[in-house]
Amino acid sequence: MKSHIFSVVLLAVILLALPMALSSYQLGLLTKMLIFALFAMSLDLLVGYAGLPSLGHAAYFGVGSYTVSLLTLRVVNNFWIDFPAGLLMATAVSALFGLLALRTHEAYFLMITLALAQVLWGIAFGWRSLTGGDDGLPGVPRPDLGLPWSLSDGIPFYYFVLVFFAVATAVLWSIVRSPFGFVLVGIRQSEARMEVLGYNVWLYKYFAFILSGFFAGLAGNLFAYYNGFVSPTYLSVIFSATALLMVILGGAGTLFGPALGAAIIVYLENVISAYTERWLLILGMIYVLVTLFARDGLVGLLQQWLTTKDKG
Amino acid sequence: MIFWTTQLLNGISFGMLLFLLAAGLSLIYGLMRILNLAHGSYYLLGGYIGLTVVRITGSFVLATLAAPVIVALIGIVMERFFLRRFPKQELPQVLLTFGFLFIFADLALWIWGGNPQTLPKPELFASSIWLGSIVFPSYRLFVIVTGVIIGIVLWWFEERSRLGAAIRAAVDDEEMARGVGINVSLLSTAVFGLGAFLAALGGILGGPFIGVYPGADFEVLLLAFVVTIVGGLGSLKGAFTGGLLIGLVDNFGKALFPELALFTVFAPMAIILVIRPTGLFGDR
Repeated sequence: MKSHIFSVVLLAVILLALPMALSSYQLGLLTKMLIFALFAMSLDLLVGYAGLPSLGHAAYFGVGSYTVSLLTLRVVNNFWIDFPAGLLMATAVSALFGLLALRTHEAYFLMITLALAQVLWGIAFGWRSLTGGDDGLPGVPRPDLGLPWSLSDGIPFYYFVLVFFAVATAVLWSIVRSPFGFVLVGIRQSEARMEVLGYNVWLYKYFAFILSGFFAGLAGNLFAYYNGFVSPTYLSVIFSATALLMVILGGAGTLFGPALGAAIIVYLENVISAYTERWLLILGMIYVLVTLFARDGLVGLLQQWLTTKDKG
Repeated sequence: MIFWTTQLLNGISFGMLLFLLAAGLSLIYGLMRILNLAHGSYYLLGGYIGLTVVRITGSFVLATLAAPVIVALIGIVMERFFLRRFPKQELPQVLLTFGFLFIFADLALWIWGGNPQTLPKPELFASSIWLGSIVFPSYRLFVIVTGVIIGIVLWWFEERSRLGAAIRAAVDDEEMARGVGINVSLLSTAVFGLGAFLAALGGILGGPFIGVYPGADFEVLLLAFVVTIVGGLGSLKGAFTGGLLIGLVDNFGKALFPELALFTVFAPMAIILVIRPTGLFGDR
């Protein structure tokens, strides 16, 4: 436990101090990593803890992004209205989709989550007058919180994201360590057993689904401000699948792993896209390689290595 | 009246394509419990490879034979060397087939470019025919007839042939099937190849009126999912009924409410989910 606290403090210090060491471009990349890490952790709550592999997690991220962008650009540019509205919409959509998706199991669950997200993608793509279609919504300004620092600058915006990231991580951490989190793990291992023990399995899964949608929406909100632009890409199957890859690459059911996976994928995309247009091809190969060689993720590999070292 | 009849025939012909896709998806799931996300890629590759064969040889018939066989081989390699390592493990299967989906999509974009392309119709069906007072492209009728014939052949194959009996046995109880000497391993590979073959055939048949373009793989995958959700996984009857239903709904939806195209497909799916979560003909 002590080593846990030590690592958390160390990580916090590093994240707090990094802006001093990085160029503004690198800092932007780090900000993006934090946002995507939050997105991956929100999916991990479903995949790694409740054992519900959603193939449409981009839906809640995208709804958050689109709500914030639309309100800011078309209705009123006020952080205190737009931001909560984005969270509310993402949560409401996940509450609705959860009702449908949780009627199903296994392959049906995979198909239905993918199909539901794809419907939203279709709306974003087709309803040009509202969403701008394929062109998306450009020009979303950074929020004005009435602080002495302008969030248009990289460093204040980084700390703005870091605050949300830290709070959300702390909340997610306490959720998975709470009795609620342990029940979710129990459900993943044996639904029938938890049912017999008297737990309302459906309700637990439904809460996990909504919570996960809420945090994905939070990441989407932040991303709208970060990117200044939303497009159907962030509702697409590719984005949902990338989130799943981040979770598995890092190690499902560990929270830290998916955050690490997100950082790695963001970094790789950035580096590789600079050299070639074939990012999707390479991403596909990463999927295959991760499945073949790192099924328990990087955290799993690390644990394996530590155990063998202890034995040796 | 003309509008309705034309849309009806269009919807049915599109439904036949969806049936070809969903049948493979369903068969593969029924036997191996694999949800193949790269299934739409077989459709895309079928269309593109068919296009290349038509351009080189000028023969639609040759394309209809060659492309599905090539795609079936691709499917067999996927099953034999990759998916086989992860029996009954949902997440690795999903990740693996997603990976192949991306790889195929990007390779196709690389090779055939980003512009939508249409396959030329076979000469025999290039013209339109008169049905009473309605002009209707004979190619669409050809697709409908082909779909029905394939449906009948598949039904006969599954219900009446010895191989079909072996498949049904393996679906019911794999261990027992192995015990009585059925080669389930070979059977799985064959069914996977058959599924890829059917999807690629759909790509070629759809090529002249829907065309092939980047993103078609996702589009048909989504529709095939909706078909199997409505019809029920693992059921041929479900794939046929669901295909017809969704083909019609999609077609009328696009014609009547173009902005809400996906919603019109989504609505029957949501209703079915509420009433029968395992689909109309699903067993579990």
